[in-house]
Amino acid sequence: MRRVVIYSLLGLFSILCLVPIVWLVASAFKANADFQTYAFAPPVDRLTLGNFTSLFKQMPFLRFMMNSFFVAGATVIIQLFFSSLGGFALAKYEFAGKKVMMGVMLATMMIPGPVLLAPMYELIYHLRLIDSHLGLIVPGMVNVFGMFLFRQSMLSVPDEMLQAARIDGCNEFQIFWHVVLPVSRPIVGAFCLIAFMGTWNSFLWPQIILQSSDRFTLPIGLNQMVGVYEADYGALMSGTLLAVLPVVVLFFLLQKEFIAGLTKGAVKG
Amino acid sequence: MADIAFRGVNKIYPNGFQAVHHLDIEIRDGEFLVMVGPSGCGKSTTLRMLAGLEEISSGDLLIAGQRVNDLHPQARNIAMVFQSYALYPHKTVQGNIEFPLRMAKVPAAEVKARALKVARMLELEPLLKRKPGLLSGGQRQRVAMARALVRDPVAFLMDEPLSNLDAKLRVQMRAEIAALQRRTGTTTVYVTHDQVEAMTMGDRVAVFKDGYLQQIDTPQQLFERPVNTFVGSFIGSPSMNLIAARIEPSDDGLAMTLAGERIALGHGLEVRFNTPGGAADLVAQIGLRPEDVVDPHLAEEGQRLHGRVVLTELLGREQMVYLDLRDGVQVVARLHADHRLHSGEDIAIGIDPTRLYLFQADGRALTYRQVPKG
Repeated sequence: MRRVVIYSLLGLFSILCLVPIVWLVASAFKANADFQTYAFAPPVDRLTLGNFTSLFKQMPFLRFMMNSFFVAGATVIIQLFFSSLGGFALAKYEFAGKKVMMGVMLATMMIPGPVLLAPMYELIYHLRLIDSHLGLIVPGMVNVFGMFLFRQSMLSVPDEMLQAARIDGCNEFQIFWHVVLPVSRPIVGAFCLIAFMGTWNSFLWPQIILQSSDRFTLPIGLNQMVGVYEADYGALMSGTLLAVLPVVVLFFLLQKEFIAGLTKGAVKG
Repeated sequence: MADIAFRGVNKIYPNGFQAVHHLDIEIRDGEFLVMVGPSGCGKSTTLRMLAGLEEISSGDLLIAGQRVNDLHPQARNIAMVFQSYALYPHKTVQGNIEFPLRMAKVPAAEVKARALKVARMLELEPLLKRKPGLLSGGQRQRVAMARALVRDPVAFLMDEPLSNLDAKLRVQMRAEIAALQRRTGTTTVYVTHDQVEAMTMGDRVAVFKDGYLQQIDTPQQLFERPVNTFVGSFIGSPSMNLIAARIEPSDDGLAMTLAGERIALGHGLEVRFNTPGGAADLVAQIGLRPEDVVDPHLAEEGQRLHGRVVLTELLGREQMVYLDLRDGVQVVARLHADHRLHSGEDIAIGIDPTRLYLFQADGRALTYRQVPKG
């Protein structure tokens, strides 16, 4: 009986989560005229690819996508480098002021993002990075959440493995690069996905920073389609569908990285 | 290969705890030195200082005559096998073995050849493509050995490398490591808390306690001439029985009082103490090894102790007999199992005075020999 209740609740939640996705897919193939008529998909003979044609006609969609790929890709790589290196230092080294520093880092995570918009805008303005992709990448280079994520994961890497590497001739960076980072692969996968999604979907900051349409990222580009008096919902939905695809693909690519237990067999047991 | 020397080495941690006190050891080129002692005695700290994983607080550490206190581990050309093996789980067996060579930027062809040679020597060739997670404990241990061997280091350091193996495999690997060391002739420092490993493997054994080196000697000398009660009872299994005793003159030379009975020390013999200043009245306790207890029928008159059997353990041809002697003294005797003893039995055990170890009140040993009178 208990199982029935649990499964029913889980099923209900799954449906609730799936509704917007189904609606998005259906809308992408629905003519604008049918939007008011059919809540979800219209009959098969009324499905259309017209929204996609309209999307590519109305805006340089591929350009926006390339911009998004560049910004998200660069951000993920830079964040991965600094977060994993920072996490490694916090997990495996003792240095003066470490606890205080970690406290301060945690405190920065408690400040709501919008509060920082104005000072950050000023900073980026003085750095002359307004209306540039660097203006999107630079503020996100160091990710405190990522550092703590890596720290937690690297705490479980046995110290003896690091010492073995030290004796085998590694310097401290080589220990990180050749031993600790490969052993932390599951968390690298998880972090890449989280960081990519965060940057890919980022809207508010790019909206403030970017001014030239040829530098727009996807969320900003798609937002241009919603006007004050009218909106081409069909094209918007087809664009949104194309925009979420890379995230879905990345998820399936990195899914196997989530499997933990890569450190199994490293030490006794 | 090289000599290693600790000269007045101390290790003091930032919290003030001193793990190693004024250590002086000279390890000869090609020697197999075993450092043994209970947990927290400073043996692993000493090994880690030698590896460069712990800083030396004061004193000098010399490898091949060169002071290496401030050298990074990689610059010392020392290989180490860890208790947990510390293999790299993301690399194959081959990758693990080749890793130190790759770090040393050895040409690729040579890396392959050397790794293969070592893998063959340790019978790891069929496992080269496997990852450590798929290996048994013994195989992982061998990979760790191979990774150490492949570098051709000046010394091998081993930190309790067999403690995670089952008893049978441990005996096998013990012999393999000792044989391998003899074949390669590389100076080896081996840390263990197991005195059987220490006694069977080492050319010399260094016994540690509370951060102090107690004695360093050949296994046989440690067994026969322990410098104090700690070494005496640590080396040998089961442990030496330590019994409070007193020596005083008797009609027949010297006699010893222990466990409420008198034992004649030299029947027609004179006891001469070798220790400078040694005298009979310094003796405060004696050491009696369980295997030195003799059949009462073989013991001379006046060299028997009486007691009651508390427990016996049959070990095939022998039995371990736990006895309560007079005055509440408890001893263990290793006797032949021909005549099975049972709890509650009253028996006598024979003492051979020539096999006794004499100690002072502070635990230091007194050595003596018996010579014919006259």
